[in-house]
Order: sequence, then structure tokens, then C-alpha cells
Amino acid sequence: MRSGRIFMEKRVTFKGIWLPLLLVLPQIVITAVFFFYPAGQAIYQSLFIPDPFGLSMQWVGLGNFAFLFSNSYYLASFATTAIFSILVTLVSMGVALYLAVLADRLIKGSGVYRTLLIWPYAVAPAVAGVLWLFMFNTRVGVVTWYLGVLGYDWNHVLNGEEAMGLVVVASAWGRISYNFLFFLAGLQAIPKSVIEAAAIDGARFWTRFRTIVFPMLSPTTFFLLVVNIVYAFFETFGVIHTITSGGPQQSTTILVYKVYADGFVGQDLGSSAAQSVVLLAIVGALTIFQFKFIERRVHY
Amino acid sequence: MTAQPDPLAAAVTAPKGRRAQPDGMVEKRGAGLWLTHLGLIIGLLFIFFPIWLAFVASTVSQPEIVKPPMPLLPGDHFFENYRKALVAGVNAPVAMMMLNSMVMALGIAFGKIVISLLSAFAIVYFKFPGRRVFFWLIFLTLMLPVEVRIVPTYEVIANFGMLNSYSGLIFPLIASATATFLFRQFFMTVPDELAEAARVDGAKPMRFFWDILLPMSRTNIAALFVILFIYGWNQYLWPLLITTDPSMNTIVMGIKQMFPSGDDVADWPVIMATSILAMIPPVIVVISMQKLFIRGLVDSEK
Repeated sequence: MRSGRIFMEKRVTFKGIWLPLLLVLPQIVITAVFFFYPAGQAIYQSLFIPDPFGLSMQWVGLGNFAFLFSNSYYLASFATTAIFSILVTLVSMGVALYLAVLADRLIKGSGVYRTLLIWPYAVAPAVAGVLWLFMFNTRVGVVTWYLGVLGYDWNHVLNGEEAMGLVVVASAWGRISYNFLFFLAGLQAIPKSVIEAAAIDGARFWTRFRTIVFPMLSPTTFFLLVVNIVYAFFETFGVIHTITSGGPQQSTTILVYKVYADGFVGQDLGSSAAQSVVLLAIVGALTIFQFKFIERRVHY
Repeated sequence: MTAQPDPLAAAVTAPKGRRAQPDGMVEKRGAGLWLTHLGLIIGLLFIFFPIWLAFVASTVSQPEIVKPPMPLLPGDHFFENYRKALVAGVNAPVAMMMLNSMVMALGIAFGKIVISLLSAFAIVYFKFPGRRVFFWLIFLTLMLPVEVRIVPTYEVIANFGMLNSYSGLIFPLIASATATFLFRQFFMTVPDELAEAARVDGAKPMRFFWDILLPMSRTNIAALFVILFIYGWNQYLWPLLITTDPSMNTIVMGIKQMFPSGDDVADWPVIMATSILAMIPPVIVVISMQKLFIRGLVDSEK
């Protein structure tokens, strides 16, 4: 969305006041009821603690927030989310870039690979979670069994690092298609004359990639970095819930999972609401960052 | 909500035209070409292995799975497993969950498209009081993914008595600014002369909308539909919260519910058959409408 265009207006417009109001009404009503009211409630609830019987609410001001940021589990969840997001972004973008560079080298047949590589996009994160859980299941998993033959005892139910590795790979797997499509488009938009000139000068593939292709791809790369971090933050709930449920010992409890666990499983509404507000601030910051960045990018 | 690298999209959708010269210096031939294919095939194997394994598991019997290692080639229990999943399932028949998913995905896709078309039309083609305010109200929703406000939204749905209902599954997810912006962007590129002519001819605004604007938006609508259908079909957290009745479960959230609690062994062939069934509709949509899908992806990001 280019913000420069946001204020552009049509020269020719229709007359009338009631008709346009009627036209925006459905969206405004739904937005008010399902977005603004709940968001307001989240902010309101974050300032209270309900009593154990749920009969009354006690005003605690910023107490919930103060408690959150002194709570070692919550701070650990921040660290977990950061590690998780960075790993998911690097793995999925790395694999996607590798495949896109190869597909870009083909004159014929890259369309076939593209058709096949799109598949994981259509697979829901939760379903991807089940697929990977099945391969690494401690009792029946094929990969677990072969790792056992090799002498490695895989158990993500007990080992936090293995659990993290599994949710990262499952989340990254589903994201490869998206990154591949954007990388391939970015690569194909690089003028071939530039690359061929370098080839004539004797630059080999890696030199060309490092000095020409990768720098020219940087707008795509930056865009994908932001989008993938947002994905890892908010859309991987299904993967975490199906594979680890945040465990073992909260080692895969990312922030979004914790809002759910505290709000619905733990019934700690004040804390959950405060966490929602913190997440809101993070989304807001990411959105603004994305806008700023995209604006700059348009002026290239 | 994203950058719009339109020329990039053109490059994706029409790679052949760009590579008119058959003997580019840089493209590999001979051994290099085979290495390129090999590298891509290794990547494809990595990507397809989980899906292949799920498919194999859906065609063998439970004893073959619980005694690892399971076979890597399909067995002969395909019809048995899929029939069992579709008709009986574990908590609810999978056919019923697929129907729920279909209603939810179509409801979200159509709902979003309709309310976004109407509000974008109003914002672009009318000057009415409060237009700016409405615009910014819609704009702000870009910043509020459903994951962030689950508890209060759940309470709203509960108060309306919309738990375990299609309207509860659909309505909270159809308000999003992305589609409105997309149509707004597109309407801005429609030549003013068309509206001018319609006005001179004395056509009512809605007539202009139906007869001119809507037909012109066909491709955008279709591209957005592909993205929104997948978005709706693949929802997980929201159905998990508001459908406690197994007969209202959607297939994507229902799979996890098929795992037994405690130490019982899961019915893997049926669960894997369900996983395959859960990915078939969105995969068909993406593959069969690939060009629209890529266009939608680039236009809307989500």
C-alpha cells in the first residue's frame, strides 16, 4: 500500500450522502463489533484483576504489565519468540533462495518446478504440524526410527532444543513456497544484460551472485524478512499447538501461544489481556516499520 | 498490505516471454544443466517427503505403522481408511468437518469481497461526511490480527450466542482492511471518463457499480478469492476456540482433536487420511488457478 496514494481522490464523484453511508455500513459495523470493541476490551481488562469467582474486577492500573515484565516465564517467552522467528525466517528464506536461484537458471521447465513448489502454501500450518509430528513421533516416527538406527535418540517431548528444531522446520517448510515465488520473481526481474556482461568479463557464478545478483535482490529480501517475521509471530500458532503445545517446560511457548494458554487454559484474563496489549504494540510497530520501509523502497 | 512489485508479478506469470533469446550466455547447458535439475529435485524431495509419507500412512493399516519403521510405499488399505475417516472419523465424520470448512472458507471469501467492494466503492466514488474517518477506521484494522484479541472477541461471540455456529466462524474474520485497500487501489486506476459518461447518461451510482465497475474488477475479485479461500480454509485458532461441538469442527482444527489424550495410540491411518483430505481443496484451488493465485499473492500479501 503506497501511502502517497492514500489521499488521492477521484475528480468525478457521485452525489448523495445516504447511499455511501449505507455502503460502508456493513464493514463499519463488523469492524466495530469484532475489532474495536474487543481491542478496547483487551486494553480495559489489562488494567484489572478479576476476583477468583469472576464476580468483580479489581483495578490494578499497570499492575498486570509490571507483573508480566517481572515474570521470568513471560520474559523467557520473548526470547523464545525471537529465536523461533529468526530461525524460521532464515531457514525458509535460505531454502527458497537456493531453489529460486536454481529455477532461474533454467530456460525450460521452471514452470513445472514452480507448480510443484507452490503446494506447501496450500497446506495449513496446523496440518504441516501434524505431518512433521508424524515423521518425528517418538513412538512411530520414521525419521525417529532411522535416527535411532544411527545411534541418535530423538525425543522432542523431553528435549526442548529438539522441540524447537521441529517447530522451526515445520513452520519454515510451509513458508518456502511464498518466499520462492517472490525470490524467483525478483531474480527474473534482474536485467540479464548485466549478468551476461559480468560473465563475459570472466566472473564465475558465485562471484556474480555475490556482487550482482544478491545486491540487486535486496528489496525483495528486505520485504520478505519483514513478512516472514510477522508470519512467525502470528501465524504459526497451529504448528506449535499441534506439535508441542508449547512444551517441554515452555521451551516452545511463543507469545501468541502464551496469550492463548494463559487466557483460555489458565483462565488468567487480566494477564492474557495485558499480553494482548503488548502484542498489539508489537504489531503496530511492525506495521509502521513495514510502511516506512515500503515507502522508501518505492522511491528507489 | 504490501509492496506491489507489479513488474515482478509479470515476470513470474510470463517467464517465457522474457527469455526470448534461446542461447543466453549464462544459462547452463550439459553437465551444469543436469546439476541444476538435480539440485531442484533434491529440494522437491525435501518438500514432498512429509506429504508422501502422510499419503503412504493413509493407505496402510494401523499395525504396519505402530511397528516401525513403517513402509515407504503405499499399501492396499486406501479405500478402507478414507471411507472410515469420511464416514465415521474419530469425534465427527470428516465429511461433515469438510463441509464446515467449505462453508467457512466460502463465507469468509464472499463476505470479505462483498463488504470490501461496497465500502471501497463508497470511499472512492462519493464525497460524504466522515469519509476520512471511516477510511482510517478500516485502515487501523490492518494492525489487529485475530490472534491478538482472542479473549475479548470470544466473549463477544459468546454474548451473541454465536458459539458453535457458522456465523461465529465467519463474521469475526471477514472484517479486514486488506481487501478494501486492494479494491480502492484498483478503482483509482479506472478512468474517470467512465463515471463521467455514466453520470451524463443519468445512470444511478449503483447502476454504474453493477454494469461497469463490477465487470471490470472480475480478475481482481478472482485473484482475491483464491487467496481468501485458502486463508479461510486454513484457519486454526479461531475454530479451535469457538467450536466445542465436534459436529461444528472444521477439518484443519479437527485433526488435532483426533489424537487421544493420555497414552493411547493414535489411529494414524485415519488421522493421516484426514490430513490429506484437509489439503486437497486448497491445493486444487492453488494449482488450478496458479496465475490468479500468484497475482493475488502479489496484490494482497494475504
